[in-house]
Amino acid sequence: MSDDMVNLEVDGRPVQARKGQMIIEVTDAVGAYVPRFCYHEKLSIAANCRMCLVQVEKAPKPLPACATPVGEGMKIFTRSPYAIAAQKATMEFLLINHPLDCPICDQGGECELQDLAMGYGRDVSRYTEKKRVVKDKDIGPLVSTDMTRCIHCTRCVRFGQEIAGIPELGTTHRGENMKISTYIEKSIDHELSANIIDLCPVGALNNKPYRYSARAWEIEQRATVAPHDCVGSNIYAHVLRGTVKRIVPRPNEAVNETWISDRDRFSYEAIYSADRLTTPRVRENGEWRDTDWESALKLLAEKLQAAGKDAGILLSPSSTTEEAYLLAKIAGHLGSPNIDHRLRRQDFSDQDNDPEAPLLGLEIAALEQVDGAFVVGSSIRREAPILAHRLRKAALRGARVSFACPEPESYHFGVHEYLSDAGLLTELAGVAAAAGCASNPSVRDLLAGVSATAAQQRVAASLSEAGSSVVLLGAIAERHPAAAALRTLAAAIAGATDSALGYVSEGANSVGASLAGALPHREAGGAARGAKGRCAAEIATGKGPALLLFGAEPGPDVPAFASEKRGYGFVAACTPFRSDALEASADLLLPVGTFAETSGTYVNCEGRWQSFAGVARPVGEARPGWKVLRVLGNLLDAPDFDYENSEEVRDELSAHLGSTPPKGGYAGGGKPVKAGAGSDDARRLDVPMYQVDGLVRRATALQRTPEAIRGREGC
Amino acid sequence: MSDEQALSEHVRHEIDRWKGRFPEDRQRSAVIGALHAVQHENNGYLTLEQMNAVADYLRLPPIQVYEVATFYSMFQTRPVGRNNVAICTNVSCMLRGAEEIVAHVERKLGIKVGESTADGRIYLKREEECLAACCGAPMMMVNHKYHENLTIAEVDKILDGLD
Repeated sequence: MSDDMVNLEVDGRPVQARKGQMIIEVTDAVGAYVPRFCYHEKLSIAANCRMCLVQVEKAPKPLPACATPVGEGMKIFTRSPYAIAAQKATMEFLLINHPLDCPICDQGGECELQDLAMGYGRDVSRYTEKKRVVKDKDIGPLVSTDMTRCIHCTRCVRFGQEIAGIPELGTTHRGENMKISTYIEKSIDHELSANIIDLCPVGALNNKPYRYSARAWEIEQRATVAPHDCVGSNIYAHVLRGTVKRIVPRPNEAVNETWISDRDRFSYEAIYSADRLTTPRVRENGEWRDTDWESALKLLAEKLQAAGKDAGILLSPSSTTEEAYLLAKIAGHLGSPNIDHRLRRQDFSDQDNDPEAPLLGLEIAALEQVDGAFVVGSSIRREAPILAHRLRKAALRGARVSFACPEPESYHFGVHEYLSDAGLLTELAGVAAAAGCASNPSVRDLLAGVSATAAQQRVAASLSEAGSSVVLLGAIAERHPAAAALRTLAAAIAGATDSALGYVSEGANSVGASLAGALPHREAGGAARGAKGRCAAEIATGKGPALLLFGAEPGPDVPAFASEKRGYGFVAACTPFRSDALEASADLLLPVGTFAETSGTYVNCEGRWQSFAGVARPVGEARPGWKVLRVLGNLLDAPDFDYENSEEVRDELSAHLGSTPPKGGYAGGGKPVKAGAGSDDARRLDVPMYQVDGLVRRATALQRTPEAIRGREGC
Repeated sequence: MSDEQALSEHVRHEIDRWKGRFPEDRQRSAVIGALHAVQHENNGYLTLEQMNAVADYLRLPPIQVYEVATFYSMFQTRPVGRNNVAICTNVSCMLRGAEEIVAHVERKLGIKVGESTADGRIYLKREEECLAACCGAPMMMVNHKYHENLTIAEVDKILDGLD
């Protein structure tokens, strides 16, 4: 037996545990349930609810299992009359001030206090005195408060301090008057804030948009994947009679742990927005009218057939892999290489150097283990809140995390260096010079005459001195007019400092769309196309007989496409939503399902394929995108288009890709790159967190948050 | 409002002195000392701006200052009378007649505990726990000064002597 193990007994069973482990970890591991409210495995130990009292042999009184370390020879009893009496006594105290309002409480039916009161509470209260009443607070549009129900476990307070990194809630006043509050009237304002809804063991903090709209025992829990960032957070949709009522996290330690961003939690509201397109619509003689699926698809097929190799296809980077693959297959059948999902990119000059897919360069869970990180051109808290959380964990461990970004952004950890003064390209060149890249032929021209500042040298040193390090390119770098130079420099820095190079890519599925061949220069699997097609910016601004927009709206999603001077004879859009810009620029609108209404697969930034089934009944006549495309393929007489379900589409692609994992990184060695023109006007390059796609733009509660208001004012 | 406007030079000096007593990164320990210094210069209570300024000065999230200010009964977070009168009602003083004294003072001043007189002269503290002067019970503290072995007449004299 190794020195750091101890032998003990839990309810008479011999158990081995690591020294220093708390009793509750050991009892949980062996399946001996101890009731608890304040203990949470992701948070520090508070030991203030006292619900987890257990009996320990020779201890003079019951001990809190969450805060008592195990010892050699310890005999623990979790269900002895002594332990149960202690737990029941604690429950009686907790219920003294808790209102008996379960029938009108949203937490009813899924309440830890209610459940444990069934097991440990008395049927009649002995308490006859006055109960405490606490005034509710308005802490913003996402979380509702009923603070009289609070049992002061302080999970929400510890979440703010330890996970979010910004304490917004605290325990004010004391004794009988103690309350959880922000003290001043303010909205909580953090991209992960709504996780306190799940942490709250009672009905004090609840989901505001969901409030009073369903009961826990009526809804079905269906697993799916969040559609807004490259993390692909695992979520459950809670569905009542085919309608999504709310989204909660689905724990997955490798991806999102037990957290999800507020964006992933509340964007579902848009599924039922008034903007939903419920029938196919066609424009004839300038007038929009409803039509049926059959004639709409027939019209689309005719126009695409006629356009042939000149047809253009632009798809959202949050399309499913199946949709991207079928679109690429349709483009291939038409003979057109003009297909792209990189809708906000401006600089395509280096696209042949791009990796097969914009991968993170390491696993998401490994991000918190790095010793050095350099995030280039990314407001990563908004782009991928879960990745920012992992980086924060690394920084708390002692990693040196630096940023280069045009706009300063606040991070809730000690940032090693924040480079923003001189512009992205200059700052990056300085770091490359400091890292000793001057002799690298690909960046030699970019580094001519560059000498590194002290701050740039510190960034280079933080990477080269680190045991493991990563250079991440974010969406602002991706959208930058001089992106090729940025990528080349970042690759050179990563090479010189022995760091991984990764991308925080746009949308939920840039990786999947790249692998599926939704690119003008590559086929599915990464082989170069014989004839290169037009890239997204050229398609958007170009001319041709027909353009198909898939899941992307002109304007916010395709900034280069100006509806008033479109160069296409015919524009069709497969879209869940109508918008003024779509109605101004398209001739045909086909209602497709949102992420909740289709089956499909997202491949996240670490290359993890995550398939999901449709969880909700499609709104109106909306159909899953892959089904629409399958029928379109049939109408075009495309071969091998007889898919029965989306799994067949996925399996065909993955068989084609084989078992070799795709390559990430950047093939920047060799050809020298010149700096492209253009400034880093952050306002134009950054897309506010709650503007990134059609869903979040229509999520009402999210749009009322301080973050959304700042985003709208910034635009 | 910046620190310079909300915190006087003396207060900032006091905060620095308290900060210096604790290890680096433990500036949270200086909050009590800082709030005492601020309250002392502000007629016995703290404003939100001052608490924010203390948080800003100590580089703490404001909520951590609110927590301390609301937890301790010696900090007032709303305007109160300029003379702080705290009558102990803990067990020794209670047995020696503290409750009669409280009742008398409430009647005399026309306010309840926790309130201030309309002229802003006296703040009768809401509840005072044991001040460790049981041998002189009943006792009260007026502006940090202990008065022991109280009688009603003596209380009247002390209160009437306050300006």
